[in-house]
Amino acid sequence: MEENKRRVQLSGNEAVATALRQINPDVFPAFPITPSTEIPQYFSNYVANGLVDTEFIPVESEHSSMSAAIGASAAGARSLTATSSCGLALMWEELHVAASNRLPLALALVCRALSGPININCDHSDSMGARDCGWIQIYAEDNQEAYDNMVQAFRISEHADVRLPIMICQDGFITSHAVMDMELLPDKAVKDFVGEYEPERYLLNENGTMALGPYAITDYYMEARRAQAQGILNAKKVILDVARDFEKISGRKYGLFEEYRMEDAEFAMVLIGSAAGTAKDAVDKMRESGKKVGLIKIRVFRPFPAEELAAALSKVRGIAIMDRSESFSGNGGPIGGELTQALYHARCKAFTVNYMYGLGGRDLQVIHVEEIFEELMALAATDDPKNSVSYRYVGLRDVADPDHKQISYLCKPENSEQA
Amino acid sequence: MIEIRWHGRGGQGAKTAALLLAEVAFKIGKNAQGFPEYGPERMGAPITAYDRISDTPIRVHSNIYDPDYVVVVDESLIDSIDVTAGLKEDGAIIVNSPRDKAEVEAQIRAKGYNGRVYTIDARHISIHTLGRYFPNSPMLAAVVKVSGFIDENVFLENMEASYKHKFAKKPEVIAGNMEALRMALRELK
Repeated sequence: MEENKRRVQLSGNEAVATALRQINPDVFPAFPITPSTEIPQYFSNYVANGLVDTEFIPVESEHSSMSAAIGASAAGARSLTATSSCGLALMWEELHVAASNRLPLALALVCRALSGPININCDHSDSMGARDCGWIQIYAEDNQEAYDNMVQAFRISEHADVRLPIMICQDGFITSHAVMDMELLPDKAVKDFVGEYEPERYLLNENGTMALGPYAITDYYMEARRAQAQGILNAKKVILDVARDFEKISGRKYGLFEEYRMEDAEFAMVLIGSAAGTAKDAVDKMRESGKKVGLIKIRVFRPFPAEELAAALSKVRGIAIMDRSESFSGNGGPIGGELTQALYHARCKAFTVNYMYGLGGRDLQVIHVEEIFEELMALAATDDPKNSVSYRYVGLRDVADPDHKQISYLCKPENSEQA
Repeated sequence: MIEIRWHGRGGQGAKTAALLLAEVAFKIGKNAQGFPEYGPERMGAPITAYDRISDTPIRVHSNIYDPDYVVVVDESLIDSIDVTAGLKEDGAIIVNSPRDKAEVEAQIRAKGYNGRVYTIDARHISIHTLGRYFPNSPMLAAVVKVSGFIDENVFLENMEASYKHKFAKKPEVIAGNMEALRMALRELK
């Protein structure tokens, strides 16, 4: 029985905790924060019940949990922690330390809005705020993917060509607290897949001394940063190799992103996370009425699959780029910025609109996705660049439009004449 | 696809009941989703929970706006929350209440809902069978009976197995919970 795949119904948090039980890491320091708290909570039960022999360290803050995970990794242990929102923000300094010291470790991130206003619900302000910290970032649409990504995490992070920390992201409450059907791999299959961690260089190695976290000024800082960038550049291939091996034990195929009904699509939506599931239902509905729409769900945001995305979008006329976090750049969100850069480099002429949706847990429904597609088609038909360069908010409580006649609202300066 | 919306107050177990219902559906081979929507995180604040039960895989991740069934665990919410919002006319609402069914029905009709109305006195059933107020089991049985997505005997067999697993260290409460389910199936009005 133990060696068979099992259909189960678990919340996203329990799914990730189960993957961690099967991985049996060496060290797990943790500090609780909604909605990720259940991950260390489930895991501490596994520790108490002797299902794992992990050193579980309750610490006094997220800065400390990340510091302890870094210390453990530097010592030569397989380590990880979990957090959300302000917890990730408090780790900010340490996130850079982990990546720049090329320490493999994992972070189970349950995405939640940042303050303020204070909000416990899902958006990607936390993970996107940390997008330039040097970590690999992989996102999940549902509980199955959160589990599968966690199982693949250490193989990617510890790979000799990469040696970078990895963030396994899922959507707060939407997947973390929702029970869904999914399939677990046998314990042994996960153990064999992940393998023993045998670090090449580590602080507790009595046969080799090393320095970690040294000082570098103008002489070598830039070379160190360039070397670190190489890890991210190399990660793409490693992520795909690990995904191929994972398919052999699971039957489930993963790439840098997923293309859904893109074969002959004229209009596409690009998004990340759980909203992709909702958008797939909308795509199916619109396809039934003959609309040529498709979607791309980005799985790997760091490294950013720029060329691959541009190639996948090369034939579409219009793209709705969906961001679930504000950059406050006045120029759209992080996916909007990075994807349009990729499209520009590829000489792609598709008409793009950058949409801001789902902030602080604002619900995105199937009907919203349909309306966004309809609006995208109408805006693209104008072929007016001013409709493309700006960004729009989906589903606002707008006093000027109490009946929600419009699906989205253009962002513009108050003194602007722009319509 | 059957969609169910639960209204309760934090601490009353509406979320747990929604997750239990999803588990029951999953165990008989359905695809199921169960999830909460939290407002302020405190005891007594209104919370909503949802279930989707389907013969095909479920991908949608939004809340439920046009439910087939609504379950009101705390009837004091009827006046403060639009519990029948979007509820399908060929669906039904189940209210946990000790009051006469006619009175509850009139209250629901006044909100403009013309579909079926059921009442169940979960407090009475729970106190009678468990000695304490745990509305989950009676409400679960009520929604199973009204929605009819699972045979009542199959439901009871599955629940007994669940309770044996869940209460492995407290076997004395299994019989009481089973009796609560049976009593609720009988006493739903």
